[in-house]
Amino acid sequence: MAAFFNQRNVIALLVLFSVAFPFITQNEYFLHIMTLSFIWMIGVYGLNLLAGYTGYLSLAHAGFFAIGAYSLGLLTVKAQMNFWLAFVLACLITSVVGLFVGLIALRTKEHFFAIYTLCVGYIIYLVIDKWESLTEGVRGLIGIPAPSNIGPIAFDNALSIYYLVLTILLLVILVVYRIVHSLNGRTYLAIRNSEDLAQTIGISTMKNKLTVFVLSTFFAGLAGALYASFVRFIGPDIGSTAITFDLLTYLLVGGIGTLSGPIVGTIIIVWVSQQLQFLQDYRMLIFGPVLTLLIIFYPRGIVGGVVDWRHKYQEKKNRKLSVNSLVKPEKQVKEG
Amino acid sequence: MEILIQQLFNGLTIGSVYSLVALGLTLVYGILHIPNFAHGALYMLGGYITLTMMTSAGLHYWLAIFVSILVVGLTGVLLERLVFHPLRHAPPIHDKIAAIGILLFLEAFAQFVWGADYQSMPTPYDKVINLFGITFTSQRLLIIVSAIAVMILLYLFLKKTFIGSTIIAMAQNREGANLVGINTNKVAMLTFMISGALAAIACSLAAPINLVFPGMGHLVILKAFVIIILGGMGSIPGAIVGGYILGFSESLGATYVSNDYKDIIAFVLLVIILSVKPTGLFAKEGR
Repeated sequence: MAAFFNQRNVIALLVLFSVAFPFITQNEYFLHIMTLSFIWMIGVYGLNLLAGYTGYLSLAHAGFFAIGAYSLGLLTVKAQMNFWLAFVLACLITSVVGLFVGLIALRTKEHFFAIYTLCVGYIIYLVIDKWESLTEGVRGLIGIPAPSNIGPIAFDNALSIYYLVLTILLLVILVVYRIVHSLNGRTYLAIRNSEDLAQTIGISTMKNKLTVFVLSTFFAGLAGALYASFVRFIGPDIGSTAITFDLLTYLLVGGIGTLSGPIVGTIIIVWVSQQLQFLQDYRMLIFGPVLTLLIIFYPRGIVGGVVDWRHKYQEKKNRKLSVNSLVKPEKQVKEG
Repeated sequence: MEILIQQLFNGLTIGSVYSLVALGLTLVYGILHIPNFAHGALYMLGGYITLTMMTSAGLHYWLAIFVSILVVGLTGVLLERLVFHPLRHAPPIHDKIAAIGILLFLEAFAQFVWGADYQSMPTPYDKVINLFGITFTSQRLLIIVSAIAVMILLYLFLKKTFIGSTIIAMAQNREGANLVGINTNKVAMLTFMISGALAAIACSLAAPINLVFPGMGHLVILKAFVIIILGGMGSIPGAIVGGYILGFSESLGATYVSNDYKDIIAFVLLVIILSVKPTGLFAKEGR
């Protein structure tokens, strides 16, 4: 059980680091980047729950992200609604749209599901782009208010927003952790591994898939709403397929179907992108092949690669310790 | 009435291009069961290579198309060898992601080499023709004629030649084809070659009436997916018929419904189809 305490320590250290981060750097720009990557992480967790744990690759997530962002933007700017009410509504609206899309989309499987969601994502993008009377079209939506005060806490500077986003991110991770390690999480894995088999042991696959889909869109909407209130300007581009592919890259590099994958992938890619600023438009020259190579050689990303490596290492150690009673290598998916 | 005929003609032009792209996609899907998201990038690449050959190397339009066919076809073969072949036993989600990686790379590559600007492709066939009250450039006529010629050639190749029938055999049953001595690796490469060539032809034909830019493959590939779902994944006649159905509904929709939303028509069509029949129209049963 030593590994468990180890893991707990690592998590505690990471949380401490992220809490202390603003005091370590003092650099406003780094803070901005960090906040932004936290927001992406929330979206990536949504995608991970669906693509990683249930095996359904949704390419509509930028669309749901945009729905969350635009709901918040429109409710606060055009309807002059209270921020937090709009925030909650934005997440709910996204989930409801997700519910209806999911009801139909989840009737399809594999390739059809990917193509279907890709088209849904494109429809959302086109609607946002063309419906000028509501969304202002390509001009974008400006003047989205920052989060309003909760009691004595005001969100008027970068630091407070950083902590707000961090808190929400930690909550999201906790929720995802609880889901993945619950019976429901096991059910999702069963669906991923074989849907027919899952059905034969009495799992209502449609109900479970729909739950995951709605949850996943909820996270995407949450990320979108946070993004809108953080950047305070949104254009139709946030709903484009490029954003979906970005999210997918974060997830893949970190490790699809792992709990820490979204954090690792997002942090690495976002910081590498920052270092490669001069490449901005061409960064896909690097990330495209990386994505393809990863899926060929390390289909479970960096985290999956490390976990596999550790398993092999432990197996070797075990073999040395007890040559006779060879411990069977653990086949089960273990999260890093 | 004249508007209707004009729009039907336009539909025929767009439909021809869509059919060619969808044919390439459906061939690959039929053989390897990969939804090749990178196909749109191959299409874009074809346009750029034809354009470069014409402007920089000063080649004639047809010669430029020929070079483009070769280059894109070989790119297709490379992709099969380097990416899809190693992934042939992987879960289906991996193929899709790998294809997306290629798509992102090729797009960034095009932007890197040729810039993000919209470029127009010159054509020797820009005469305006007036026929039965409808006006069109000879390029549009060329698109229709050459697309149909390519389709007939492809049909003859698949049905009448030995190599062509190996492709069909492999689409029907991969193991079976292997058992009777067909080299499935070679067939897979050949299929990617043909698929890339079709994309290059489609783009080179369509580029003079559109524009050439790095993102030009986006909409086309999405629509091609709609078409092959419409016509049945892997079905060749389905891709052709589907292409023309979409071409007509788009050009008519643009005139009679709304020009702004004409791109949505395809996707709404798809959403409706998949809502009613989750495995697509004309899907083969018991796959």
